[in-house]
Amino acid sequence: MAQVAPRPVFEPWNEPAAKPLIQFQNVTKRFGEFTAIDNLSLDIYEREFFALLGPSGCGKTTMMRMLGGFETPTEGKILLGGQDIAPVPPNKRPVNMMFQSYALFPHLTVYDNIAFGLKRSDMPKSEIAGRVEEMLKLTRLGKFAGRKPHQISGGQRQRVALARALAKAPKLLLLDEPLGALDKKLRTETQFELMDIQERTGTTFVIVTHDQEEAMTVASRIAVMNDGLLVQVDTPGRIYETPNSTYVADFIGDVNIIEGTAQPAGEGAYTVAWAEGQPALSVQSATELGAGDRCFFAIRPEKVAISAEKPADRPNAVQGKILDIAYLGNISTYHVELPGGVIIKAQTANDRRISRRSFTWEDSVWLSWTATAGVLLAN
Amino acid sequence: MSRKFTWFNATALTLGFAFLYIPMIVLVVYSFNESKLVTVWAGFSTKWYGELFRNQAFLDAAWVTLKVAVMSSTLATVLGTMAAYVLVRAGRFHGRTLFSGMIYAPLVMPEVITGLSLLLLFISLNIPRGVFTIVLAHTTFSMCYVSVVVSSRLASFDRSLEEAALDLGCTPFDAFRSVTLPVIAPAVISGWLLAFTLSLDDLVIASFTSGPSSTTLPIKIFSAVRLGVSPEINALSTIMIAIVTVGVITASLMSKRALVKRQRDEQRAFQQ
Amino acid sequence: MRRFTLIAVPYLWLLALFLVPFGIVFKISLSDAALAIPPYTPTLDLSEGWAGIKALFAELDFDNFVWLTQDDLYWRAYLSSLQIALFSTLGCLLVGFPIAYGMANASESWRPTLMMLVILPFWTSFLIRVYAWIGILSTEGLLNQFLMTIGIISEPLQILNTNKAVYIGIIYTYLPFMILPIYASLERIDGSLLEAAEDLGCSRLQAFWLITVPLARPGVIAGSFLVFIPTIGEFVIPSLLGGSRTLMIGKVLWEEFFSNRDWPVASAVAVVLLLILVIPIVLFQRNEQKQREAEQ
Repeated sequence: MAQVAPRPVFEPWNEPAAKPLIQFQNVTKRFGEFTAIDNLSLDIYEREFFALLGPSGCGKTTMMRMLGGFETPTEGKILLGGQDIAPVPPNKRPVNMMFQSYALFPHLTVYDNIAFGLKRSDMPKSEIAGRVEEMLKLTRLGKFAGRKPHQISGGQRQRVALARALAKAPKLLLLDEPLGALDKKLRTETQFELMDIQERTGTTFVIVTHDQEEAMTVASRIAVMNDGLLVQVDTPGRIYETPNSTYVADFIGDVNIIEGTAQPAGEGAYTVAWAEGQPALSVQSATELGAGDRCFFAIRPEKVAISAEKPADRPNAVQGKILDIAYLGNISTYHVELPGGVIIKAQTANDRRISRRSFTWEDSVWLSWTATAGVLLAN
Repeated sequence: MSRKFTWFNATALTLGFAFLYIPMIVLVVYSFNESKLVTVWAGFSTKWYGELFRNQAFLDAAWVTLKVAVMSSTLATVLGTMAAYVLVRAGRFHGRTLFSGMIYAPLVMPEVITGLSLLLLFISLNIPRGVFTIVLAHTTFSMCYVSVVVSSRLASFDRSLEEAALDLGCTPFDAFRSVTLPVIAPAVISGWLLAFTLSLDDLVIASFTSGPSSTTLPIKIFSAVRLGVSPEINALSTIMIAIVTVGVITASLMSKRALVKRQRDEQRAFQQ
Repeated sequence: MRRFTLIAVPYLWLLALFLVPFGIVFKISLSDAALAIPPYTPTLDLSEGWAGIKALFAELDFDNFVWLTQDDLYWRAYLSSLQIALFSTLGCLLVGFPIAYGMANASESWRPTLMMLVILPFWTSFLIRVYAWIGILSTEGLLNQFLMTIGIISEPLQILNTNKAVYIGIIYTYLPFMILPIYASLERIDGSLLEAAEDLGCSRLQAFWLITVPLARPGVIAGSFLVFIPTIGEFVIPSLLGGSRTLMIGKVLWEEFFSNRDWPVASAVAVVLLLILVIPIVLFQRNEQKQREAEQ
């Protein structure tokens, strides 16, 4: 889950003077009775690699299709560089799209697919060949220029689709689940390739995906969507470390969620009562909560330490019994059942060989974490 | 395809289906015409249907046609299914190319040639022409249609089902009867229906292979029509169109219902 | 043993009732017409054994084929059949493509119904569908009545018993054969291809020419062959809707056989017709083969 920060200084969303490239202004989109996008506002900046993340049916594809010009907003405005793009048809927008199915023209060669958009533009014929060559080189497709789409592999098709969409040097490139059809290994490789190409061309990328790992890896910012609403828009690191709701916490990565009642304990500190006969948890949190408010404590499994003895230096420690162990090679996840029946996941890195593993099933163990390891959420 | 239904699409469909259906509608409407002149409307009447049912020659021809169609389509279904099985399952054998050639060739063969060649065969073998020879002729060309329909279904059929049956102790024939046949049954039935309609419809081959005592309905209609339009033929056409329409609509409703039921069952199974 | 029976039954059936008859047609096409029963010589006399067979071969010749080239009726009939088949195939394409296109663009829930509406006429008697046009196209028919009522023409048009009626009849009866394969290939086109074309700067019309048409080509080719091949040998339509000047080879063969009772010439006509058909049939098979390979 390591986040590869594109450039530490690149944070236009924090600069008040920066002008967004794309602005969604109170956009609503309805299909008959169904509301796909509900009064949504969002700014996306130039050179960003922006990810729309959410489960299927959350409206992320509709957002993208509105940018591409294949859908028009029912209400509200979409501005591109300050201009309302509603009246501009797809073929006149400085926006290109990489389709989920790639939509490569099966009757044209790789070369002709890439040249397709250029031939429709006002680019002089003499320059087209050069531009196509450039694209072939960028995507390492030179050897396959003469082949038809069905004669190349899935990964190569993906690159053709990318080259074709980039050939016209659009202001904005839309990528609809661009890696969905690739297997896991190829996907990880391609993610880095995509980031590399995005940085080299300086194009603004908007990617739609349901794969949280992919969004975490490639994006400068992520918008987590649900039911046509934006739940949280932030950098991958902040989304992971400080989710603003249990929905986000649960959607991104693995998480333990404990429901309880909050009691302020001064200066951003709270104690959380969560089960009869168990000590209250002490938590540092930015979420404002009143005395006796219902709240959710969310903590990532890797922030929960597991030990045989009760650690003396940790403010939070509970005892439980190991129910299950998932050995994943580099890490192991322990499912520990607490006396009240709550199950907590704890993750440890396997920096020792398996034979010397210290815990096994039915062992009684202590789980512990610091006051800042988790967050308190109101909903 | 993208679902952009435009005025152009609507116009194309309206004009196209008007072209396909207006002639038949006109035919049906004028079968209820009082006048003998088919082109002048003189009031509603069903008298031509009465005339038709009193016309013994037509009734005889209809009976012959029906007999031929039932016999030839049944025979063609058996032979065509066997041929399909051979094409898809029998693997390699001597003369396989010739065999598949003989299956596909009749589909594109002009009827006049098929008819002529069969007639010359029957004459050189001294077989008297009648219902029997028409049945032989119809079986020969419609078995090819049956085998094309059935073999496309067989080709998509999961071979391991048969192997599972054999593994569970079936003889090859048992496996065919209890596993393969139920799966390809829809194709076999539509093959039979296709063979049946082809036989009902055929004029040219029947003209070559029929004898004086075995005039089929298309032959009768053809000779009547050559003399001009007659309201009796309109009435006969109306009856035939009605039968086909009811048949096709029933069949498509039934298959649609089966599909809907299947989807519902699958959904239910999924929810459980 | 079972496998042998399974293969042998349909095999022998087709040999006896499909291949052998062609052999006979070929043999008779090399014989001479005679006033006898059957009306040709020589006939095979097996009672004489080998000598009989030799005598038979000695008398066979290509006179009938020479005759076909000498009498211009025949080659004019072949040419006119080809011409009628070609033009009616084009006509079918012009009428059928927009219908197939409309069907492919219709909503998913409508398509089975539209499909049924195209197939329904196909199950209806061919003869009846041709017959329906007689009442419409005749001089006092409905089309002329209609056109005269709305005042486009003052004199009835002579359509029935001309080649025009033949074209209309062929287009009408063979239309489903054109629509169905085109529809099948149009329906397979992924909608995102057209969106991609638009995204890359095409107008709707450009996207249609650059994407839809090339991808519909296999269907267009298949449909065209399905209309062209059987039309060449067509008999019913020219004899019911055509006039005495409509020349089609199927009709010539029929008349040669039934009216002139010249079996050897009729057989020779059939053999030549078959040879002509071999070319489009082979091309058609190749197109189908290519399609199947492309799908894999």
